[in-house]
Amino acid sequence: MLPPEFAELEPFAERWCRATEPERWAARLSSSMDDMQAFYDAILPRVTEAIAYCDEFPLHDMPDGAVHLLRLIYSFVIVSFPVELWRQPYVPDTLGTSFDRTSEPLP
Amino acid sequence: MARYPKPAEGTWTEHYPELGTAPVSYEDSISPEFYELEREAIFKRAWLNVGRVEEIPRTGSYFTKSIAAANASIIVVRGQDGEVRAFHNVCRHRGNRLVWQDVPHEDTSGTCRQFTCKYHGWRYGLDGACTFVQQESEFFDIDKSDYGLVPVHCEVFAGFIFVNFAKEPSQTLREFLGPMLLGVEDYPFDRMTDRYAFRVECRANWKVFSDAFMEFYHAPVVHVGQHPRHLRATITEMGYEAPHYQIDGPHGLVTTAGSLHRVWDMPPENVKPADIVTRSGLFGPWEQSDLGELPPGINPGNVSPWGLSSFQFFPNFAILIWEAGWYNTHQFWPTSYNSLVFEGNVYSLPATSASERVGREMAAVAFKEYSLQDANTLEATQMGLEARVIDRFPLNDQEVLVRNFHKVVGDWVHELAREPVRA
Repeated sequence: MLPPEFAELEPFAERWCRATEPERWAARLSSSMDDMQAFYDAILPRVTEAIAYCDEFPLHDMPDGAVHLLRLIYSFVIVSFPVELWRQPYVPDTLGTSFDRTSEPLP
Repeated sequence: MARYPKPAEGTWTEHYPELGTAPVSYEDSISPEFYELEREAIFKRAWLNVGRVEEIPRTGSYFTKSIAAANASIIVVRGQDGEVRAFHNVCRHRGNRLVWQDVPHEDTSGTCRQFTCKYHGWRYGLDGACTFVQQESEFFDIDKSDYGLVPVHCEVFAGFIFVNFAKEPSQTLREFLGPMLLGVEDYPFDRMTDRYAFRVECRANWKVFSDAFMEFYHAPVVHVGQHPRHLRATITEMGYEAPHYQIDGPHGLVTTAGSLHRVWDMPPENVKPADIVTRSGLFGPWEQSDLGELPPGINPGNVSPWGLSSFQFFPNFAILIWEAGWYNTHQFWPTSYNSLVFEGNVYSLPATSASERVGREMAAVAFKEYSLQDANTLEATQMGLEARVIDRFPLNDQEVLVRNFHKVVGDWVHELAREPVRA
């Protein structure tokens, strides 16, 4: 799914290349901290490079591999909160509520 | 010891002497009877923001909006002449909800040439005129020109669409907004079309919910977890002070200082690794968007360095304009005395590259993380208030807008009670 330069991240692609925030949010809540830590540790050293790779293409005319990579970066963003701050998948003291993203720009 | 100068009276609260300084009652937030009065006095009289003009870009673009507090559903549509109009979403024939898709009680949007009722096929133009009556000759002396959609007063300010359910609003939208809010008019809202929209139904009174979005006193406590672990105790201990508050009529403003937001000037160990690689975070993307010269009205307190201005549009809408060149909105729609729909939007210039998009994604994710903290806490507040074991609550000087908000709500409700009953 990913550009060959980022082949080492391929094992995470199936779970984390998700097109929308609701899908990424669901993936976060159904993942273990170990799973998210492994994804975070693998992608963090490559994020700057991955963003630069995607920047090579027009935002609205990116090849599939770059779009998948961008979605993987979005998932890095959403798992960074449990990994860096919460030490659990959901925001502490928020299980009684939700906040659904109902629209977002593409891609 | 105050970090920022306060007005000559000594405090922001005493600068507005009509507010007083006494502990306040929250009976207005736990009483079903009071909510019924608010519906009449506020939601059927005040100008209410229902969206932005970019949501209906072309002739025939429309959206519907349910406003439970006014017992209404409206259609907002752009006409042939480019004008934005609002109508009650009710067919003139037998009262069917006119525009809906699949589920009658859910809002919808789209583009059309005319509205056709799903029940008996009556049709209406984009200007609300009735254009077709099914089997018209079966009716008795019917004149279609008497059966247009019922209009709702609708005016646009800075691209924000406002409606008013009064038969004749006592003020125009601009009179209602007043000088402080009119001061944001020239901000380039129209260019900021990248939008992340959020929504949730919560079990709290709409004012209890709004309260948390007009003070930052809670931020170093409720939201301290958003910062790296080793900084948290210091952040909470420092507390929060705003350099500027302002009240203009029913509306309010709180401005925060930019020094808090300049994450890029901080030592890297004090910044989350994900913020460093995405160059974004809690206060938005680090790269300033080029918006050109901004109107002085977005920082009427001349706070320098300026960080954020949070404009509270009475009764249920807020615009937060951030130093880095983006803005977000909060909106609070009551559905009963102890429930509401909370809507949040994050707006910025359209991203032109993947790196800009990633920065905006980080800001939108952070917005959700802290909004969840607010939403859950406010359900807990509602439960505490409804226990009715306490009837007076002390508010401090950083909660001056909260104090003003509840006072204004009370004033509007009492104003209605003084009006002569209409025959």
